[in-house]
Amino acid sequence: MTQNSRDLSRRRLLFGGAAVGAGVLLAGCTSNETEPTAAQTKGADAAASGNAAPGQKVVIGFSAPAADHGWLAAITTNAKAQAAAYSDVEFKTVEAGADAAAQRAALSTLISQKPNVIVMLPHDGKELNAAGLEAMKAGIPVVNLDRAFPDALAYRLQIKGDNYGMGVAAANYIVAQLKAKGVSNPVIGEIPGIDSLELTQERSKGFADTLAQNGLRVSNRRPAEFTADSGQQAATGLLQALPKIDAIWNHDDDQGIGVLAAINQANRKEFFMVGGAGSKKAMEDIQADNTVLKATVTYSPSMASSAISLARLIGQGKGMSDLVELQVPKEIILASETITKENASNYLKLGF
Amino acid sequence: MSEATPTSTAAPDRAAKLPAQSPPVDPAETAAAADHAVSGGRLSWWRGEGGEGAKRNLGLIAVLVALVVIGALTRPDLYSNADWVWANTLTILKLASVVGVVTVGMTFVIIGGGIDLSVGAIVALAGVWATTVATQSYGAGGMIFCALTVGLGVGLVNGLLISYGRLVPFIATLAMLVAARGLAAELSDKQTQVSNNTTINDIASTNLLGIPLLVYILAAVVIAGWVLLNRTTFGRRTVAVGGNPEAARLAGINVKRHTVMLYALSGLCCGIAAIMLTAQATSAQAAMANLYELDAIAAAIIGGTLLSGGRGTIIGSLLGVIIFSTITNLFAINGLTSEAQNMVKGGIIVAAVLVQQVQFRSLTQFLGRNRLTTT
Repeated sequence: MTQNSRDLSRRRLLFGGAAVGAGVLLAGCTSNETEPTAAQTKGADAAASGNAAPGQKVVIGFSAPAADHGWLAAITTNAKAQAAAYSDVEFKTVEAGADAAAQRAALSTLISQKPNVIVMLPHDGKELNAAGLEAMKAGIPVVNLDRAFPDALAYRLQIKGDNYGMGVAAANYIVAQLKAKGVSNPVIGEIPGIDSLELTQERSKGFADTLAQNGLRVSNRRPAEFTADSGQQAATGLLQALPKIDAIWNHDDDQGIGVLAAINQANRKEFFMVGGAGSKKAMEDIQADNTVLKATVTYSPSMASSAISLARLIGQGKGMSDLVELQVPKEIILASETITKENASNYLKLGF
Repeated sequence: MSEATPTSTAAPDRAAKLPAQSPPVDPAETAAAADHAVSGGRLSWWRGEGGEGAKRNLGLIAVLVALVVIGALTRPDLYSNADWVWANTLTILKLASVVGVVTVGMTFVIIGGGIDLSVGAIVALAGVWATTVATQSYGAGGMIFCALTVGLGVGLVNGLLISYGRLVPFIATLAMLVAARGLAAELSDKQTQVSNNTTINDIASTNLLGIPLLVYILAAVVIAGWVLLNRTTFGRRTVAVGGNPEAARLAGINVKRHTVMLYALSGLCCGIAAIMLTAQATSAQAAMANLYELDAIAAAIIGGTLLSGGRGTIIGSLLGVIIFSTITNLFAINGLTSEAQNMVKGGIIVAAVLVQQVQFRSLTQFLGRNRLTTT
């Protein structure tokens, strides 16, 4: 009996010790100090124009969804860094939480604090339209970042990327390459992100429209979910369906990590691939030119930095110094640029 | 959960089927037998309802064959190439491997009368934890150790909360789903963490004797699960605890401790799956393994696992996973949309359960009445 209980307590001690040991080991494994990607800012000192000089103090409120994607994380990082670059900007951020309802609640708190300008990337432009109206009604100009409000009264400035243009740019690059290679009747694959999102549909439409103008079409389209593991699965399906491929457009460089992995695992290299968004890793791969990834079309999170700069100008009542107008314009749509091996070095600092 | 999960749902069913015993073709189906063992029944356990489990699995194989035939009819150009068909079969198995490993753990939990909604989140957390810069510095061994320990640890927490904290499994694992993804997002700083370890990444691209390593891992986990469920005291106890926890307790089984072990096992399977998925995607992030809990539960259910516990087979669950990955593959090679695919998946879940409920009962009764089955 005593023997038994001694055995038991020894076993417990062993297990307990092992558990504590493993716990300590694991806790040591949480540090994650990668080289931080430099935020995409334009320093106040860099521009010699009058706008950069410190002026009237501006309080900017900022709200963006909790990021689970590199692009969204870069949006928040950029906004923070750009605000820090100005001595006359006070930056107040409220995390938007998990969904549109949570963001609406966070925004009403923000509005009650009366910042001079609000910059927000809504979960969904349609669902947050009312919050935009509320802020504008309270006399706070709203800068809508990337996801448009349907109601023009709900924002002072809208700055966004060009989803349709991304598809156009990707298709143009693919068409040019295929023509240069003299491929007739090419097989083109497409790996979009989450298919139910409007942005995905716009990208795909731009891609399909431009291909159609050149008499081409997408042979197979397997949507992923903006994550690397879903990209890997979608790409595996695509490769299986098409024994011979000439070109692939993958909408998103983050999921592209998985897409490239699937291509390596299937040992396929008879085609070239175009990415989307413009992550740092994708640009490095393009520059190194050792994968099928030959180009990526941008949808740059640097727009968050620009949004902060413009919000500051709005708060100070100034215009953009290169334009004739005395005020900031109402709408800015960034062009989607094509990054290839030749110009990748220029864009590396904008990668996220 | 250890308090009274009624077995009444299964009981009449079983009574109806008892006369219709067939030879022990597939001993995987053991549920009823364990109950009998616990309550002093005299049936030798591996006979039990073995015949019925085999029939159910045969039904799943028929579905699988039908899917392949549909594939061959819709894409004859691809299916006429034997090399392509072989490569495609391996692709389907590779696609099934990660969810398959998760499903083995899930099957144990469900047979034991519980449910684990946190598996996808555990895979993500283990994957993210194993690919932090600090963990990667310890090499492949460190990453594997980390993923397995994190999986096991989170599973243990689930089990302890359910057994000793008396939380309903649904609530405890739902809370874990949210919390584990939150922790994963915190650790990864919401970024995609690329795995730079070639040993880990090679797991997904290595072939042994022409068969991918991932498929061997799946096979090893399935065989281990099968042996554990059908050939060990642990397996017998799992069935007993899920079938009738009160009877199990009276029979001297430490129901609480056993429940903890079941969730720990499920967590461990998630740890294995995390390494496999990280290798496939050569990266990990907090949003990975999205909705794997639903895939695993669905596969277990169409594989014949009783959601209220006490019955289920590993082989059935495996077939369930393979059917789902075959559907995904079928839609991919035909270039159909994923919306249609999800609708078909939903339909198959319902159909599989309906068929099992209606068809098998009447079929076995019919066979029993007409004395078409012999022992």
